[in-house]
Amino acid sequence: MSRLVTNPRHGELRNLLSIADLGPDVAAGIGEVMTLTDSFVEVSERTIPKVPALRGRTVVSLFFEDSTRTRLSFETAAKRLSADTMNFSVSTSSVKKGESLRDTIETIEAMGVDAIVVRHSSAGVPLQIARWAQSAVINAGDGWHEHPTQALLDCYTIRQRFGDLAGRRIAIVGDIRHSRVARSDVAAFTALGAEVTLVAPPTLLPPSLEGWPVKVSHDLDEMLPELDVCYLLRMQRERMTEALIPSLREYVARYGLDAARADRLPEHALIMHPGPMNRGVEINAEVADRPNTVIIDQVRNGVAVRMAVLFLLLGSGTGWGGEVEG
Amino acid sequence: MAERERRLAPPYGGVFVPRTRVMGADDLKRATKRMAHEIIERNHGLDEVVLIGLQTGGVPLAARLHQQLEAIEGVDVPIGTLDVAFYRDDIGLRPVLPEAVTDIPCDLQGRIVVLVDDVLFTGRTIRAALDALSDHGRAKAVQLAVMVDRGHRELPIRPDFVGKNLPTRRDEVVDVNVDGVDLGEMRR
Repeated sequence: MSRLVTNPRHGELRNLLSIADLGPDVAAGIGEVMTLTDSFVEVSERTIPKVPALRGRTVVSLFFEDSTRTRLSFETAAKRLSADTMNFSVSTSSVKKGESLRDTIETIEAMGVDAIVVRHSSAGVPLQIARWAQSAVINAGDGWHEHPTQALLDCYTIRQRFGDLAGRRIAIVGDIRHSRVARSDVAAFTALGAEVTLVAPPTLLPPSLEGWPVKVSHDLDEMLPELDVCYLLRMQRERMTEALIPSLREYVARYGLDAARADRLPEHALIMHPGPMNRGVEINAEVADRPNTVIIDQVRNGVAVRMAVLFLLLGSGTGWGGEVEG
Repeated sequence: MAERERRLAPPYGGVFVPRTRVMGADDLKRATKRMAHEIIERNHGLDEVVLIGLQTGGVPLAARLHQQLEAIEGVDVPIGTLDVAFYRDDIGLRPVLPEAVTDIPCDLQGRIVVLVDDVLFTGRTIRAALDALSDHGRAKAVQLAVMVDRGHRELPIRPDFVGKNLPTRRDEVVDVNVDGVDLGEMRR
């Protein structure tokens, strides 16, 4: 039963910038988060869904890019752990007056924060902040790079339905190239033993897939009958500056999950989406509301997973000064 | 058992080396039976009683008390488990993680909760447990049953039902398992 605390890495998780930060044995690290998430799911189901675990700690969310669910999810998670939360939105801050990122971080740290949740449109910004900051840094999405808490909540949602991910066939469909969710999901799903296939037109795949433990397909229809999970990505119209697809209509015709395609999935197969959905583009409006579409579960689990991440980073003990308990 | 105590003592982990056997399996059984009788006597029956075992050492003990209560009174009292990790006052000082998901079987409003643990030491776990319980409703009363009270309290907390009072040194470790109770030390 002492599996968690005797883990030699325990307490060494300082930041969560990518899935690889979960340790040399990524599967064990994810497992640790999943086990802890179980406890927080129970907390979230209570009449009073709040525990005093992180009382007196401060979590600041620093969002340089728009977000509703991730930001609210982290804020809810922090509040359910009794941590204080501060919000920083770029549009109303001194960044508008030309303050540099480093000065912004130093200013925020001077106010005494314990964790910084960062979203930025450039890859590597959370890493840079982690080099400057004393507090724990959590990557809530950086450019095309990673979005680790999304991958953790996706793993949790699949595990909730199937027990585990080993041997499960998962297709990630859509704009892989611009997707930080896809990068984190590939790392997490494959670490847990799933078979991942990326399904996209060649122009929406990353320039190089060397070292990615995945298969690639350009044909969604041939994949459908074998899938356990069909993971749809959002068409990121704001990142579509080049003409990567002939037209949105053609994309929808070949890669959109419409009712006919959804019918060809096995009965048990899950349909997932990181949100926000473009109903009628990557996912058909009716398909989005089917019982096997677990998008709402993903959001619900997101809060518990982020509670687990915050608790691991802030509550796992940094010193060895603890007294013997009884 | 006394697993929590062992893990929380620096150095974390280590090997328990027993020195003295304090209670045997039969002694444990007799003590459990007596505690069951005391619980019934104190509460004039079992109408409002709920047993809550603390993770992890208190859980098997609560199960055995439950069996005894059923054998004596023929009543199947609700039984649950509680993990107090998120309520501890030493979060951030040392590794704190829950052992298992809390499972409270019913609303505690108006119930008599009997908290069950294996070893009572500083009292800090019980302090955390009282906080945790209040999030599940306002119990009519909370009572505490422990197999071993080893002293060294740091908070004004006392047990209602005790298997054995065992004077110890602070650096000793008490181990409660199905075969009995041992007094010993942790070795790296």
